[in-house]
Amino acid sequence: MRRDKQEAQAQFNRRTFMVGAGGVGAFAGIGAQLYTLQILQEDEYRVLSDNNQFSFRIQLPTRGRILDRFGETIAENRDSYRIYLIREQAGDPALALDRLSRYMHIGEARRERVLRDLARTPRFQPVTIAEGVDWETFSRVNLHLPELPGVMPDVGEVRTYPMPAAFAHVAGYVQSAPPEIAGDDPLLRHPAFRVGRSGVEIARDTELRGSAGSLKVEVNAFGRVIRELPDQSRLAQPGRDVTLTIDSEVQRFATERLGTESASVVGLDVQTGEIVVMASTPSFDPNLFVLGIPSREFRDLNENPYRPLFNKAINGLYAPASTVKGVISLAALRHGVMRPGERVTCRGSVQLGNRRFHCWRREGHGPVNMHDAIKVSCDTYFYEVASRLGIERIRETALELGFGQLFDVGIPMLSQAGGLFPSPQWKRARTGQGWSMGDTYNVGIGQGAVLASPLQLAVMTARMATGRAVEPTLYPRRGPAQFARLDFDDAHIEAVHNAHVGVVHEPGGTSYWSLGGLGVEGVRMAGKTGTSQVYSISAEERARGVRSQDDLPWRLRNHGLFICYAPAEAPRYAVALVVEHGGGGARSAAQPARDILRELILRDPAGRSGIVAARHEPINLAQGG
Amino acid sequence: MPVFTQPVPRDLRAKLFELNWAFVLLVVLTGCIGILMLYSVAGGAWDPWAVRHASRFGAGFLVMLVVAMVPPRLWMSLAYPAYLGALFLLVMVELFGATAMGAQRWLDVGPIRVQPSEIMKIALVLALARYYHDLPSEKVSTPGGMIVPVLVIALPVGLIAKQPDLGTAVLTGATGVVMVFLAGLSWKVIVPGMVAGVAGGIAFIRYGLEEYQRARVMTFLNPENDPLGAGYHIMQSKIALGSGGLTGKGYMQGTQAHLNFLPEKQTDFIFTMLGEEFGFIGGIAVLVLYALILGHCLMTAMACRSVFLRLVTMGVTTTFALYVFINTAMVMGLVPVVGVPLPMISYGGSVMLTVLTGLGLILGAHIHRAAEPPRGAGLFG
Repeated sequence: MRRDKQEAQAQFNRRTFMVGAGGVGAFAGIGAQLYTLQILQEDEYRVLSDNNQFSFRIQLPTRGRILDRFGETIAENRDSYRIYLIREQAGDPALALDRLSRYMHIGEARRERVLRDLARTPRFQPVTIAEGVDWETFSRVNLHLPELPGVMPDVGEVRTYPMPAAFAHVAGYVQSAPPEIAGDDPLLRHPAFRVGRSGVEIARDTELRGSAGSLKVEVNAFGRVIRELPDQSRLAQPGRDVTLTIDSEVQRFATERLGTESASVVGLDVQTGEIVVMASTPSFDPNLFVLGIPSREFRDLNENPYRPLFNKAINGLYAPASTVKGVISLAALRHGVMRPGERVTCRGSVQLGNRRFHCWRREGHGPVNMHDAIKVSCDTYFYEVASRLGIERIRETALELGFGQLFDVGIPMLSQAGGLFPSPQWKRARTGQGWSMGDTYNVGIGQGAVLASPLQLAVMTARMATGRAVEPTLYPRRGPAQFARLDFDDAHIEAVHNAHVGVVHEPGGTSYWSLGGLGVEGVRMAGKTGTSQVYSISAEERARGVRSQDDLPWRLRNHGLFICYAPAEAPRYAVALVVEHGGGGARSAAQPARDILRELILRDPAGRSGIVAARHEPINLAQGG
Repeated sequence: MPVFTQPVPRDLRAKLFELNWAFVLLVVLTGCIGILMLYSVAGGAWDPWAVRHASRFGAGFLVMLVVAMVPPRLWMSLAYPAYLGALFLLVMVELFGATAMGAQRWLDVGPIRVQPSEIMKIALVLALARYYHDLPSEKVSTPGGMIVPVLVIALPVGLIAKQPDLGTAVLTGATGVVMVFLAGLSWKVIVPGMVAGVAGGIAFIRYGLEEYQRARVMTFLNPENDPLGAGYHIMQSKIALGSGGLTGKGYMQGTQAHLNFLPEKQTDFIFTMLGEEFGFIGGIAVLVLYALILGHCLMTAMACRSVFLRLVTMGVTTTFALYVFINTAMVMGLVPVVGVPLPMISYGGSVMLTVLTGLGLILGAHIHRAAEPPRGAGLFG
């Protein structure tokens, strides 16, 4: 019994020892694995740990502002409250939106858009649910954040245009980069990032954009940022401000003055070529585009016959009509085909072969010299001048004064914005027919195939006023502008100038009664009306009672044009204005153009005292008449 | 050997004097590490884990001392009723148990939440020890002597596995098997039994596991296959441990743990956090601490004269060792993820009580190691 017991004890001890040995082996195995993980593979796991712990968040740069010539803000950024959703943390997106809709309104359309966006975005990338959220909603969502997994509120910047209508066409707008532009660029793909899509915003995009920073952050297992590590982050480089030559006060005035007309205006500083006004109406609100314009509103804009989305000031093309008469006169004087005092008798029309070319004044102007012909805008006189010059010599001078030139002012323009000044070669290529004297007649009064943009008309006006090859720009020039002198005698320039002053200031001038001057004491202006024919009323219609433009539907009525500059004593500002289908230039275009010119003169930084003194030679206002 | 000649202490003062104070010190040290780590888990706060862990450990520590003082005959007499009671509770869990995280593990008895599988760990050890104590050693390997232990082990293990709590089932079953082995089962039975056991185990993994359990086993074999699913825990745990390096990231500086990459860090994955914050040195120190406790347990077992106390000691020791082994091996990716805590360091009340009760039994066995009770009715002391 005792032996048994001792044997049993011995067996137990043996086996306990075996179990203990097994335990030692197991502990050795654990220790070995711990050694492997913590000593042998430490570096490897440290990297994985850092990858867990840290992540880089893109830091959006602040977009540069767009300023007018006096530093007024045209485009800036304001705080915008946004709500994002991250699918990885949200679980079922539909459920997440249900939860969120307890605290903010989510319409059916938005819901669908978010679900669609979520489906095609990587799981970890935030998708915008709402932007421009009001503060109350934003704070409510923030308060309930613990119940809203995957929902990420964020304060960012959004582009805003304080003078939306006035600058929609010039400044343009920004939008989220479309996929084909964004590519794989994480900055461009960021839902809050915007790129320029038109106007200055797109033309100077890289400058305005700045460069993205990267923010090193510590995140927890759910991707929530625990801590920012600014010392290891690269700061975003804010975009540079872009200054324009536009005077925003005048720009706003011009936009309001044109109102609901389908019209456009360009105003230049003729000394520097700087564009001080460039407006196209009706306009639109670019702020709508920044946050994503509803498709219905876009359709309304896009299908509006007044074409609010179209920048008519640089892309609209119109027959310059009588505004071209100064150019024809300069060509005539340069080539000596017409002496300034020489008279042509206007009887209301001219017969050329089997065609009759009418003067706008059916009863005729009688005998007119160059000064009078410009002043009263006699067509007959210019038929004669054109026939003496011939198309080639007309064209040569016209091109020098800016026709057919595409002026790159620093915002995107349509390729056809260079307009057209026809030549016999052009006509043959276009129609297969030869050039006729009738074509020359038409070009002589700015009709026919001649097409010019308001910008070109403004440049033409500035060149006529100064005799220099003024180049337009939208951005302030560094240093004084030195434009080459055009090859015209001062006397010729002077004569044409005086005739343009006569249009406004001499009885009989086409704008004498309607304008009665600039409306600024001691400052006179020069101007020229134009009526660009859109549709010619046929004899049959005349018989039916369609007697005047007012009887035609809007889209068939003539365009009204007016070019002007002031002060007449020392030209500083030139303005060209076109009212689409506005009827005669004297009626529709002259007054708004004059008002805008006056506004420019009144706001001139040099002040009114500087305006009068500048000109070297006294002007003989008595000349002509 | 002097231990065999020592008298069995009778009064309380003598028992306290006989208490294995080195062992007690090691246990206290371990509990303090638990408090330290749970303070860190909460980001440097007593609430919610450290303070409750401390109070539970304090209560458990008293239970341990009381258990150590109780004469072993009381445990012997309680062995079968306790086992039957625990078995009954397991059946009740099966019928009425509270469901948490897809498993029925608890019984709500008034305000108290009882986890019968924890009671069963102790009860099974006591019942088997009592059985073998009463069984003549030559009958251990007879069919009649084997049927009862097999049933005594299989019934609770089956019920626990069905909860399902694979970790506890494996732990309980393995403890029983080790006890049968230590009771002197003939190698002639053991060898074929092992062969059958391996075959049965494979069959069980194939057909007897719940889907998520099978997924865990498969994921364990290749965690990188499913880095965001079932393998996530293992990967993150290894990253935390590995990035700890030799000396660790510093107390309360464990980025993996504190940034929540580490799951259940206050319970099953607390060793990972310890390894991240104190590095290899800290991890090995804790393993050595456990090894010292277990060494004391083995010494106690071998010093015991009675079969009951030997087997009770080894049963508890095996359970304790398996807790430590499965938990640490799990967080290092050596065995599949099963819910097994780290004794006295992981947060959790039932386990704490089970472990300290068990250690109390071992301390008691140490005090009464010289006693030689006869077979049959418990006549210790």
